Amino acid sequence: MELSAKHHEYWRKNLVITAILFAVWFVFTFVEIWFARELNSSMTFLGFPLAFYFSAQGSLAIYVALIGIYALIMKKLDKEYGVDEGDLE
Amino acid sequence: MKEISNEHPAFSQSTFNRNLKKYYTFYTGGFIVFLLALAVAEQMGMSRAWIGYWFLFATIGLYAGIGWMTRTTDVAEYYVAGRRVPSFFNGMATGADWMSAASFIGMAGTLFLSGFDGLAWVMGWTGGFCLVALFLAPYLRKFGQFTIPDFLAERYGGNIVRFMGVICAITCSFVYVVAQIYGVGLIVSRMTGLEFGVGVFVGLAGILVCAMLGGMRAVTWTQVAQYIVLIIAYLTPVVWLGVKHTGIPVPQFAYGYTLQKLGDVEKKITADPKEMEVRKIFADRAAAGRAALAAPDKSYAEGKAKVEKNLADLKAANAPADEDRGGGESGCGLSRERERRARCSGRREAGLAARAAPPRPHAQAFPGKDEAAQNTARLNFIGIVFCMMFGTAALPHILMRYYTTPSVQEARTSVFWSLVCIFLLYFTAPCLAVLAKYDMYTNLVGSSFASLPAWASAWAKVDPSLLSIVDINKDGIVQLAEIVIGGDLIVLATPEIAGLPYVVSGLVAAGGLAAALSTADGLLLTIANALAHDFYYKLIDPTASTAKRVFLSKFLLVCAAITAAYVTSLKPGDILFLVGAAFSLGASSFFPCLVMGIFWKRASKWGAIVGMAAGLGICVYYMVTRYPFFGINMPLLVRLEPGIGGHVRPAGEHDHDLHREPADACAIEGGAGAGRARALPEPGGRYGGQRSADSLGPLIHDKARFGGPCFCRIDFCWQGDWR
Repeated sequence: MELSAKHHEYWRKNLVITAILFAVWFVFTFVEIWFARELNSSMTFLGFPLAFYFSAQGSLAIYVALIGIYALIMKKLDKEYGVDEGDLE
Repeated sequence: MKEISNEHPAFSQSTFNRNLKKYYTFYTGGFIVFLLALAVAEQMGMSRAWIGYWFLFATIGLYAGIGWMTRTTDVAEYYVAGRRVPSFFNGMATGADWMSAASFIGMAGTLFLSGFDGLAWVMGWTGGFCLVALFLAPYLRKFGQFTIPDFLAERYGGNIVRFMGVICAITCSFVYVVAQIYGVGLIVSRMTGLEFGVGVFVGLAGILVCAMLGGMRAVTWTQVAQYIVLIIAYLTPVVWLGVKHTGIPVPQFAYGYTLQKLGDVEKKITADPKEMEVRKIFADRAAAGRAALAAPDKSYAEGKAKVEKNLADLKAANAPADEDRGGGESGCGLSRERERRARCSGRREAGLAARAAPPRPHAQAFPGKDEAAQNTARLNFIGIVFCMMFGTAALPHILMRYYTTPSVQEARTSVFWSLVCIFLLYFTAPCLAVLAKYDMYTNLVGSSFASLPAWASAWAKVDPSLLSIVDINKDGIVQLAEIVIGGDLIVLATPEIAGLPYVVSGLVAAGGLAAALSTADGLLLTIANALAHDFYYKLIDPTASTAKRVFLSKFLLVCAAITAAYVTSLKPGDILFLVGAAFSLGASSFFPCLVMGIFWKRASKWGAIVGMAAGLGICVYYMVTRYPFFGINMPLLVRLEPGIGGHVRPAGEHDHDLHREPADACAIEGGAGAGRARALPEPGGRYGGQRSADSLGPLIHDKARFGGPCFCRIDFCWQGDWR
């Protein structure tokens, strides 16, 4: 299939969205772990030390949210660029 | 690839979805009615064994029934469930496919034992789905093949890539499925008291009926049913325990305050003079061990005398002594014996030293005595998270699930629902660990040996490897340092800790079984499909008829299951080590070439081949040189520290087992109180009961499976790490 300029634009947007979400994922995984000791001693949230909260719950919820946001944005983008496969419902 | 079995997608898909919702609502309702009926029957006097049988046969029968109803010989149905699984249902199926016995039973125990450090598994096993969603699932669905090697061959071209893909897929799936079948055998035997071997085959029969008859289609709909069972089973006791401790039925949001209270209790225990007394006893024993290590000849002579005396005592007491223990001892050359003894003294010392340490604060991140040790702990944490995340995004049985959705968009939403389903269990596990720990620290610690809580004495009698309490300082009061606990206890005993009827214990076992069966289903199917579709159809006989392909796939599924059951019966190490191995293998072989194949146009065929070979090779090399891989013969080939994985075999079936030998020597040596040799009653031990047969065999053990420093029999591992 010959890729049009529109396809390239779609792909570029897709990459940007992916990169942003990936960066958020990275921060709430590895940066959070790296500074866990500092976070734990800095404050508590709902009674949890902060790093414990994130590792046990917060980061997990953020992962769920990231995937949800990705699915929603891409659904919109698919429609906008006419690359969706139609609604099967 | 077009929709094959779906001529009128717009019409049939919506009817199909509606029907699915109806069926599974009925199913969930029916399951709850079944639970209530059993609860009533229990009140009317049904025995525990019968409750166990009911759970076992009703659930396996149900899964087999779904398998029978969804049997198929259609290729698209068999390999990808007709590509019409709605995202929500695919999410549930992926959740069950994903959550194995290790997640269900092992996770909370690990968190209980290692506190903050255990959260590495929680993060690793959820965060990986972000990678699946962002980098893999939609693109794989877009390519629309049947298997992962299919994708590789399509993208890179050529049969060598496909062949490498088949090898990698089979390697990591096989390692993983052995762990699952192991879990099936253990849970079935715990639930019903059947032999371990019988348990394996009962479970296997259930797997085979559904996976063989209907392939992906049957596996999908069974996994949805299994997810419902396992999530009900996991949440019920936690909600109950949560009401007890936090006063609200969603303790996940409120256990932060319990965690604070736990911190106070830990401080109190650290400063308690009686606790300090017990810890001092262990410190002295560790020091004595070091002294023995410094003078090995003397200690050997003493140890031998002690072993002989113990054997003599046992014979005098007419206890079922293991002849081979004594025999093995005297049959060894002195130098080997010395080496062996030095090794296990070291381990024993590590175990004792750890028991001599005060409890570690549960929420403390990366504990360590100095900055360097803490930074190492942090790196290990990151290492586990990294490996689990990238492994998640590379396991073929998970990625395969995203082929079954009707569209690319549904594949994306499906990853979302998968993670939601998994999140429910994974954000509950740390909560369960904290609540159980608090309950134990406040109710069990400080109680008197004469009046232990009922669940504690019951479990200590059933299986001392899960819970053992010995009055070390003979004051009649339980001190924390006197308790040795196995991580699996947490999930298995929570219903009793929370004071729930036995039917909930049965439910938890049924949930664990569902978790193990569903994962095993998906894995066996992956293996069989890789062989039948990629290896036979694509490489050997591209003209094979569809009927022949499906038949062959079914036949190979049975072969794979039997091979896996055979390997399982050799008991190759512990569950979590195998799971970790599968993830490492997947991450190092598949992930780079999958993602590069999608995102990098210039990734070439030979790059992919070399990449996969190098990844797989390095990973296998590392594991073979660092661990007794597959547990049995490797220590013979390369000189290794035997005994990692802390797997325990029942006495009497290990005559030629290298692992067993040194561990036994340790155990006998430690008979004075540190290690518990099963056949040797412990002086002063209240509940050092003999571990019974296979049925109570190795569950999932803790420190050793994470490659911690103390690789010995579970006794030592647990002592080393339980706080």
